Amino acid sequence: MKEMLHGSKAVAKAVKLCDVDVVAAYPITPQTPIVEYIAQMVADGELGAEYIMVESEHSAMSACIGASATGARTFTATSSQGLAYMHEVLWIASGMRLPIVMVNANRALSAPINIWNDQSDSISERDSGWVQIYVETNQEALDSVIQAYRIAEDKEVLLPVMVCMDGFVLTHTMEPVDVPSQEKVNEFLPPFEPEVKLDPEQPMTMGALGEPQWYMEFRKQQDEAMGRALSRVKDVDEEFGRIFGRSYGVLEEYNTANAEVVLLTIGSLAGTIKDVVDSYEDVGLVRLRLFRPLPEEDIAKALEGASVVGVLEKDIALGLREGALCTEVKKVCYDHGLSTKVLSFVCGLGGRDVRMEDVEKAIEVCRRAAKGEKVSRTTWLGLREAVL
Amino acid sequence: MKPGAVITEPGSTVRNKTGGWRVFRPVFNMERCIDCGNCWIYCPEACVSKSEEGEYSADLEYCKGCGICANECPTEAIEMQLEEK
Repeated sequence: MKEMLHGSKAVAKAVKLCDVDVVAAYPITPQTPIVEYIAQMVADGELGAEYIMVESEHSAMSACIGASATGARTFTATSSQGLAYMHEVLWIASGMRLPIVMVNANRALSAPINIWNDQSDSISERDSGWVQIYVETNQEALDSVIQAYRIAEDKEVLLPVMVCMDGFVLTHTMEPVDVPSQEKVNEFLPPFEPEVKLDPEQPMTMGALGEPQWYMEFRKQQDEAMGRALSRVKDVDEEFGRIFGRSYGVLEEYNTANAEVVLLTIGSLAGTIKDVVDSYEDVGLVRLRLFRPLPEEDIAKALEGASVVGVLEKDIALGLREGALCTEVKKVCYDHGLSTKVLSFVCGLGGRDVRMEDVEKAIEVCRRAAKGEKVSRTTWLGLREAVL
Repeated sequence: MKPGAVITEPGSTVRNKTGGWRVFRPVFNMERCIDCGNCWIYCPEACVSKSEEGEYSADLEYCKGCGICANECPTEAIEMQLEEK
């Protein structure tokens, strides 16, 4: 049944449908409504979960790690400084191979203090061993949380999954969302049955000391699990499509068939870009949904016909003087022998609106580059040059 | 190797032969030993023992080569010798 839902409520409903056992969270804008809705569901007896109120995000993730180690299905959500505060524990969750699912409501990092949307927070955690999915719509946020548990709990994967959704743009905006029935979700998502778990009847150690003669092998195992996660994300999404009638792939191609210029982005910005490229014959869009593991073959295939790729992203890799995703797209082109020109467009930092004119500006720069004109490798869209 | 650094057998750490860290090994010269027992008392790893024949030795599977036994020995009956592997 379709309902008008804020993105945060869509996520809370997904958590309920997944019959999560433990939720440990600390409120932070713009994630707050997600955990408030969940707390209400637990208080009203709609969701039979243990809701642990903690004093920080570091503790929230630590509590999820402990709960997940006992075999409980766990959930948390955060944003920005909260995610940064979790940083060291993110590595423990992934190193212990615990299938925790977290929603990150993307928000800019301080300073200057800013509560609005960009993606610097989760992009900064790209190497922490978490699968990262970026969603475009509230529907996709709900669906991705349900998919996330299937991916995370898969015996061949066993990695935590972060579902990233743009703060305010999605969390605080209403969209029609098809909320699946409990029966269908039960059919898709069986109960979590870990092979090993903490149990007083059978004592064991999890996350033990790994001396130099062991440590590298554990990291290699994680790296290989990331490799397997790529195909499992695809399989799970296809199976989801068969049951629920919606699937997303690891990336979405929009008007790329005859495109000389392809824009590439992640998250909700794809909605604006689709509207813009509808007015062009030779401009397409690739919306990357899976950022970790990076679907390199799929990206290379989607870009092989384009002469210029413009990467629009809401983060800046300070010191690289371009967006972090742009660097990764260049890496994919290099590894696949593509001579595609890749340009960086930094936009939407700290909640700056990305307008249709900004996207048109990016297209114009890409088109000039396609004609062989020399253009700047990085363009800041919507920048107020006058106040610099 | 189980993923996630999981140890499913309680107490299996005793099989971890930590003597491999050692650079110097204690060599006991029983001719100088006066049986004061200082080496046995001071060993922080409790790996010095006395045999039925009254001879002291260190369990090299756990001895880290810290040299405290040699330092505490009043007759210099213990010599720390470089491990050659």
